[in-house]
Amino acid sequence: MAQNTDTKRRATLISQKTANAVLRYLLMLLLALALFGVILLLLGKNPVQSYVDIFRSTLGSAYGFSEVVVAMVPMLITAVAVALPSRVGLINVGVEGQLYMGACLAAWGALTFTHLPAWALLPLMVFLGMLGGAAWAFFPGYLKSIGLVNETITSLLLNSVAPKIVAFLIFGFWHGPMDTNKTASFVPAARLPAFLGTRVDLSLVFALGLLILFWYVMRYTRWGLEMRAIGGNPQAARRNGIPLKAYQVGIMCMGGAIAGLAGMSLVSGYYGLLLANFSTGSGYMGFLISWLSFGDPIGILLVSFLVAIITTGGNLLQLTQGLPYAVINILLALALYIVLAKPTFIKEAKPAR
Amino acid sequence: MPPSSSFPPTLLSQASEPAIRKQPILSLRGITRRFPLVLANDHIDLDIYSGEIHALLGENGAGKSTLMKILYGFYRADSGSICMNGNPVKIHSPADARNLSIGMLFQDFSLIPALTVAENIALFLRDLKQIIDLRQVDRRIQDLAARYNLQIRSQVKVAELSIGEQQKVEILKLLLSGSKILILDEPTRVLAPHEIDALYQVLSSLRVDGYAIILITHKMKEVLECADRLTILRGGSVAASMLRTEANEQKLIECMFGKEMPGISRPPEADTNFKPAPILKLHGVTTRGEGAATSLKDIDLEIYPGEIVGVAGVSGNGQKELGDLALGMIPCARGEKRLFGRQAAHLSIREARRQGVAFIPENPLAMASVPFMTVLENLALTRPWRYSRRSGWSMDWTAVQKDAQDGLKKMDYSLPLYTLARSLSGGNLQRMVIIRELGLGPRLIVASYVTRGLDVQSTLAARQALLDARQNGTGVLLISEDLEELFTLSDRLIVLFEGRIVGAFTPAETDFHQVGYLMTGSKAEHGAKH
Amino acid sequence: MTLLAILGVISSAIYSGTSLLYATLGEVVGERAGIVNLGLEGVLLVSAAMGVAVTGLTGNPHLGILAAVLAGGLMNLLFGYLVITRKANQLASGLATMFLGFGLSALIGKDVVGAKIVSLPRLLLPGLSALPRLYSSLFMFDLLIFLVLPAAFLIWWLLFRTRWGLGLRAVGENADIAFASGRNPHWIRYQALFVSGLLAGLGAAHLAIAYTMNWTEYMTGGRGFIAVALVIFSKWHPLRAIAGALIFSGAVAFQLLMQSSGVQVSPFLLDTLPYLLTLLVLIAWGGNRKQSAPASLGRVYLGTE
Repeated sequence: MAQNTDTKRRATLISQKTANAVLRYLLMLLLALALFGVILLLLGKNPVQSYVDIFRSTLGSAYGFSEVVVAMVPMLITAVAVALPSRVGLINVGVEGQLYMGACLAAWGALTFTHLPAWALLPLMVFLGMLGGAAWAFFPGYLKSIGLVNETITSLLLNSVAPKIVAFLIFGFWHGPMDTNKTASFVPAARLPAFLGTRVDLSLVFALGLLILFWYVMRYTRWGLEMRAIGGNPQAARRNGIPLKAYQVGIMCMGGAIAGLAGMSLVSGYYGLLLANFSTGSGYMGFLISWLSFGDPIGILLVSFLVAIITTGGNLLQLTQGLPYAVINILLALALYIVLAKPTFIKEAKPAR
Repeated sequence: MPPSSSFPPTLLSQASEPAIRKQPILSLRGITRRFPLVLANDHIDLDIYSGEIHALLGENGAGKSTLMKILYGFYRADSGSICMNGNPVKIHSPADARNLSIGMLFQDFSLIPALTVAENIALFLRDLKQIIDLRQVDRRIQDLAARYNLQIRSQVKVAELSIGEQQKVEILKLLLSGSKILILDEPTRVLAPHEIDALYQVLSSLRVDGYAIILITHKMKEVLECADRLTILRGGSVAASMLRTEANEQKLIECMFGKEMPGISRPPEADTNFKPAPILKLHGVTTRGEGAATSLKDIDLEIYPGEIVGVAGVSGNGQKELGDLALGMIPCARGEKRLFGRQAAHLSIREARRQGVAFIPENPLAMASVPFMTVLENLALTRPWRYSRRSGWSMDWTAVQKDAQDGLKKMDYSLPLYTLARSLSGGNLQRMVIIRELGLGPRLIVASYVTRGLDVQSTLAARQALLDARQNGTGVLLISEDLEELFTLSDRLIVLFEGRIVGAFTPAETDFHQVGYLMTGSKAEHGAKH
Repeated sequence: MTLLAILGVISSAIYSGTSLLYATLGEVVGERAGIVNLGLEGVLLVSAAMGVAVTGLTGNPHLGILAAVLAGGLMNLLFGYLVITRKANQLASGLATMFLGFGLSALIGKDVVGAKIVSLPRLLLPGLSALPRLYSSLFMFDLLIFLVLPAAFLIWWLLFRTRWGLGLRAVGENADIAFASGRNPHWIRYQALFVSGLLAGLGAAHLAIAYTMNWTEYMTGGRGFIAVALVIFSKWHPLRAIAGALIFSGAVAFQLLMQSSGVQVSPFLLDTLPYLLTLLVLIAWGGNRKQSAPASLGRVYLGTE
């Protein structure tokens, strides 16, 4: 065997592997855009004009850009909530439900502790949000670790239950004086501060912080090493003494906590109150993003940005081209289809485990 | 020990007159099959006759299963020919084999637990009508079952049947799907003694009706009692082929295992006067095997520091379970397990590792390494506590590297530290595992088939590593299917058969033959070396 | 609680449960072959939109049904291409199908949103014409409702009494053994998904053409997921699915009745019952579930190539 002639691992921020990955994402996106453009053509719309309009309205102005960021932040957080458990081989499709429960518990905090100052109330709400999400993720995680039920099915069922519990609480106990489907606005102390007249709020810091933390933990810490071992070869991990069950339950709850944080950010920042059925699918989008980027942190950042552009742009399509907003889902579906179909030019794409 | 099988004398006398001058129904000539590191089949000739039970004997790795897989179409021979009734045939897939009326009964049955007996059989019926006539299928099953004493309730789900009953279903399935040549792969491995008797009655009846039966086995007793013809494979080629009337135990053992190798260098004798506390002590340990796994029964074993205890046995008789038990992967259902003097029945694997238990398994890629991590990262896995800094927030890779390089120097290996584990050859992976495990400074090493599939150099390196560890006072549990290796390295030897220890000696007290007897289930007729 | 109210609940349950039962039956077929389609919601949406669009265009509800059925089959074939031929993860592929369904259905239905269409003619159950009109009007059912119970029996018969069904179930339990018996698991799975899609299309057709008689975005309201849950609830058995669908839609109808009678149980909590019930069933049968679910459900069959 050659004597250590292979190159040392580069401790750079963006490795060669990630650069290749970025290239592949762009390629996939271009293909999806092209296919979608064909569909637009078939409908008699002008794809080029549509794309230009979207680009201009989203990236062309500062406010437009900020709106993209607003859309991006919750999806970014939920994507991390999916990506983390995926590293140990768990499929956390319950982010949608965890998001609701996190929002729910945080909202309870906001409505109950109205006399606390912001520097106490907000961290409390963060804690409550993460607690709510973690609790909602505990059952599927635990049931999976004792080998009773697959975590996918339990998570999906709980996804459907969570919004109904929230609705029940709002209608039954929490609703504001005027409407029955939402609470009164939160006190100012319970609201995440926004930046510079846009709707971008502190949750952006959470999101970026989480992303960096995720990347750092997987790359540099002992737990990241052990998680990658579990994800790569559970039997070998177990033989080496890594406690499989503890990680499974723990990481699932961690994912839930992160999703709960996303929920908390939405009700504390974006909405300023708890609204029944407030989630526009940020949970499922997070799942989509995590899948499209194979759980890689940089990929998550890029893909959530792109998806945010697409969803914000969807509004525009509705206005200018007379297409229903839901049509945007086709583009997202196309992107996911292409990734799943693994065409040969993307064959290289290996999960970043 | 299992009671001896009672074979009715009348059938015995029938059996001792195989048809002498008839044509073989199946003829293999010059079958050769090579795998990357080993010549599995080396110009094998085999003749199978109808109305006969032909036993195929051999150790693990002798080439039996490769040969049968070629016959059943899973592999293709590199060269050689197969003739059926004198006409050359090509068997390129299991479908081809089935079309030629060759049926195989695998060790792990190919039955679907959730379906009923009738449905499982119907699945393989060639002439099943589109609209299934359950009663007709049932009748066919019952008719055949009555004929060969394979009674079974056909509306029961297979999952609810015992192993013995499942085997009956498998045989019925083979017969009803038109097989005339039946290949049975170690059929009695999972059966209770009375079930074994029943099976041989069935085979005997089938033989009388003209079926050709190929029996793959390592159990001497059964072979001598019911086979008509025997072929022994060793090292990939035919060591001998004879009628049962010409066979006896001694001859068979010699053919299977070869004569004892002259001039084996033995390690210096362990100092038997000073007996420190045992590292591993198992007393009356029984485990519960899931499904096809063997359960260990009433194991008493002690391993002392500075000795290598070799475990001999045909693969599948509990060796893997013993190794996993020592590490803590499987629990004891009954009995006492002590590690380093302390109660260890519920010790976590991590704790066991921390206390100094090392594990070198066969198949390092699947069992001991993470393919997509680099060699360096794999090396760090076993002792994270040593390398983690700031309570886990960072890893001291410099320390890992230093330990790795120390280990490499000590063993005189060289490994690329930054390549992905999956790119390494089997031999290098095993080296990696050895360095990692030895780096633990272990007090007990469980080495399970460590040299399986390795090239010569890597094999010697691994063996030397174990000897060196022994020299340093480490205890080694050496599980191997290579008798030469066991005799060369072990201070003490035990033999496992069907989950029990059936023999314990020092290598000087015994020889290949005796161990061979025990491995194949015969009663040891000689107390000592003959 | 008058007799009329109770009969009303039953009638309502039958009406809303029919589409659910068709969808559940379809999913049973697919899952028996080892494939779980979480994108069923998307398939239903596309079929529904198609059904309404074609009915609106041609004025013929039967053509609409045909269109819906075919659309369902095609959507499932597309899904099948991903999970069978490209060997993609079933969960992610299902979600992709769901997204596609959201968008495609919106596109197909955009010109007919809210527009009322010709519905299926309703016939009285034979023998009930003697009843006063108040009661008998509750039991005027359309063609698809009459066909749904026979359909359930037909699926049962197909799965358990034909060679085709045996092969399908074998593929869902252990594709390797099915292959060893001379079958082609990929081909069988495609067939299963196609049939499953046809049934889903029937369900969507009933929902859109016979029940609501119009199209709105996301009109299936989660029925796809409920169907997947009901499959588990009925232990993958077509006849038990009848009970499941009836119980579920009956509970919904009952809850509506409660609401209008002023009873104070929150409709949201009642809404959670089917899911919680399924969850409890899953946990209770936890160990047994391994015996109930097709053994290879969700696993990609890699084949021997």
